Amino acid sequence: MTGPKIIFFILAAAIVVFSILSIFSRRILRAAIYLLFVLVAMAGLYYMMNFQFLAAVQLMLYAGGIVVLIIFSILLTSQIDSKLQAPKGSHLLAGGITAIAGIALSAITILQFTFKPSQENAVGTDMRTIGLQLMNTDVQGYALPFEVISVLLLAALVGSIFIAQKKKV
Amino acid sequence: MYDFTPFIESITSYLNENLSPFWAGLISMVLLGVGILLFYAVLGLYLVYAERKICARMQNRMGPNRVGPGGIFQTIADLIKLLLKELIYIRNADSLLFNIAPFIVIVASIMAIGAIPFAKGLQAVDLNIGVLYILAISSMGVIGILIAGWASNSKYSVIGAMRSGAQVISYELSVGLALLGIITFAGSMQFSEIIASQEDGWWIFKGHIPAMIAFVIFLIAGTAETNRGPFDLAEAESELTAGFHTEYSGIKFAFFFLAEYMNMFIIAAVATTLWLGGWLPFHLFRWGAFNTVMDFIPPVFWFFGKAAFVIYLMMWFKWTFPRLRIDQLLALEWKYLLPINLMNLILIAFLTLMKWHF
Repeated sequence: MTGPKIIFFILAAAIVVFSILSIFSRRILRAAIYLLFVLVAMAGLYYMMNFQFLAAVQLMLYAGGIVVLIIFSILLTSQIDSKLQAPKGSHLLAGGITAIAGIALSAITILQFTFKPSQENAVGTDMRTIGLQLMNTDVQGYALPFEVISVLLLAALVGSIFIAQKKKV
Repeated sequence: MYDFTPFIESITSYLNENLSPFWAGLISMVLLGVGILLFYAVLGLYLVYAERKICARMQNRMGPNRVGPGGIFQTIADLIKLLLKELIYIRNADSLLFNIAPFIVIVASIMAIGAIPFAKGLQAVDLNIGVLYILAISSMGVIGILIAGWASNSKYSVIGAMRSGAQVISYELSVGLALLGIITFAGSMQFSEIIASQEDGWWIFKGHIPAMIAFVIFLIAGTAETNRGPFDLAEAESELTAGFHTEYSGIKFAFFFLAEYMNMFIIAAVATTLWLGGWLPFHLFRWGAFNTVMDFIPPVFWFFGKAAFVIYLMMWFKWTFPRLRIDQLLALEWKYLLPINLMNLILIAFLTLMKWHF
């Protein structure tokens, strides 16, 4: 057992345990916090693979952004003693069967697929390489998708302002 | 005192020679952790004392002066008192979240300390994405504040948490954009490279007026991010009794209190590293003798001196400006700071492109 392996197993166990807790918790804010722990542990995995930028983005966008938004909406809508209702027996059964079928399907696919290590040279994870690639107009550059996504975000912003305005124009 | 690299390397090589790599790694991790925790606690206590003294001076009082010479042991006595206080258990609170919240807040700020360069070679980890890492980690603290407010099951706490959340989320934008300006100048996010780029002058001087605008915006937004006055309406003791930590007592309250001061130190340390040259001494252009004298002062003193200056500025804001209302607070960010910041960033990009900075 080497050090990195131990840390990997701790992180993996945290991801599994907190994912399960997040689904089965009946208090919605607790579920959100368990989700936060899952996301932070994922960031740890990225960091172990030396993808520092991805780890920071994971923390910033998912943990710092999306979870905060989820918590905000929970804060505005729910009370401290409100719990989700326990599901009915038939629903529980149907959900359980679906989940097991899903797990079986993915497990069979993963086990049948033969994973081959890539022969290509590893691309550096230096911050500069990522930045240049993101703003590149070459064949493998990401300038076009980047700009298209910013237009999409702008559209979403305009739309949300239109919905939020009090008086209909 | 001038270069810590040989010292750190001697410890690492000693551990590696005498132990297997696993135990060497584990022991160096424990040493680092204990070092950072000790530093955190001692500096936190010192900052609380400094704030009380400076506040007293500004209000024409003496401040703490009974425990120890000049009252320097006052905060230690306060800490012992807080450790002995009862931890009040709230019956209708969500006990799990209530207990976890102070730890989220304090872990976020302890982790940010790890990436700060205190002197040459005195940095726990020199990440490729240093600045982004500090931004990402410190954005976790607000989650602790939000769940602390909600889990306390008190109206004051929830209002405080909501205000704090709205404030931190909006001002994070300004912090990020102001930092982006200096990242554009330096061409790197790594702290060691940013400091190396300032060998011939600090960015606040080299970057002309845009760098100064970015510095001022960073100070304002950083003060707001740490929930300090004049942006302390999240804990406004006169209207919300204490905001999100109203229901906390004893050492859990102390965690929030300490984390607030250490977040202030982190903001000051980032400002020092990006604008004021980090641990580099102050050099004047071609004044050889003056520069040599400045080089005699060890880098640690330079770093903490500059950080103390920035912290003093932040305390000065707190005790001289009145508290903002929530609408004024949000208007300041979205209508003034953000547009100025974006224009400033374009200006900085232009300056960098034309190589007009020194």
